Amino acid sequence: MTARQSGDPAAPDPGELAPAERRQIVRDGLAVAVATGAYGISFGAIGVSSGLDVIQTCALSLLVFTGASQFAFVGVIAAGGAPLVGAASGLLLGVRNTLYGLRLAPLLAWHGARKAAAAHLVIDESTAMSVTRGSTEAARVGFLTTGLGVFVLWNASTLVGAIAGDAIGDPRDYGLDAAVGGAFLALLWPRLTTATTRIAAVLSAGVALVLVPLTPAGIPVLAAGVVALGLGLRGREVAS
Amino acid sequence: MTWIAILACAAGCYGLKLAGLSVPARVLESRLVQRIADLLPVALLAALIGVQVFATGDSSDQTLAIDARLAGLGAAAVALLLRAPFLVVVLVSALTAALLRLL
Repeated sequence: MTARQSGDPAAPDPGELAPAERRQIVRDGLAVAVATGAYGISFGAIGVSSGLDVIQTCALSLLVFTGASQFAFVGVIAAGGAPLVGAASGLLLGVRNTLYGLRLAPLLAWHGARKAAAAHLVIDESTAMSVTRGSTEAARVGFLTTGLGVFVLWNASTLVGAIAGDAIGDPRDYGLDAAVGGAFLALLWPRLTTATTRIAAVLSAGVALVLVPLTPAGIPVLAAGVVALGLGLRGREVAS
Repeated sequence: MTWIAILACAAGCYGLKLAGLSVPARVLESRLVQRIADLLPVALLAALIGVQVFATGDSSDQTLAIDARLAGLGAAAVALLLRAPFLVVVLVSALTAALLRLL
């Protein structure tokens, strides 16, 4: 292995990346891409069962390209909500990608057109596979392998799932309406690590359920966003 | 309207990603922003679960109902406790609801 300059560990080292380390990073990234890409099938099937057509479902994966936001969008549509309310829910869930970008920017050190292109690939998986790297070169390899791998497989599997979902008839016969709840729970599960997040989850679900009979579809979900804002602001007061 | 919403969501989500790569870190990296950004997905996902599992009826007249979807959610929770991967969790919840409806 080529020895790397071991100076300040916080400063990214733009130097050489040993071939063995590069192979390992590529292998890890592709493994994550395969695992993540596979659940694009469920997004595709759920997308068309929510009432979107195949092209609209694929457009979400291609253009929005951040899983939780896409699921939120189709979740609101499936519940009968207005498409723009679905878009708003998707946007709120996309806010975390901004924070990922903040952590990635100094590490990836891309500028101009490369930064603009890389931005589309800033998602949970590409961030997780690059923020822990010790050098810019290693971070870039991890980011690009995972980001591009997920992008290709996510879009391919969305198309497969959308066509399959379109062909099977009433989605309720296959429990696809229940699958949406299962998908959201799987996305939520790893985030329930602290008491605050658990309280936020219970409170938000409660507020949403109370509002379901009272407000147009989609509004209960946005109201949950307000709950999160309130809890976040309140936590600040307690902490300071 | 659906296409406008898709394009708006796409443009907004891309803007959020690009902003993170572009804005100086200290502008947004306050603890308050961090905390709200941690809580937002939790709150929205929890609300989406509630609505997805219990809401029924058309968009202008929604009510709450308990049906096979709740069993699907329960099955998903069990699968998650057993550390099943995402796709398995989704399949288990779909299968559970589908089988219950066959009964």
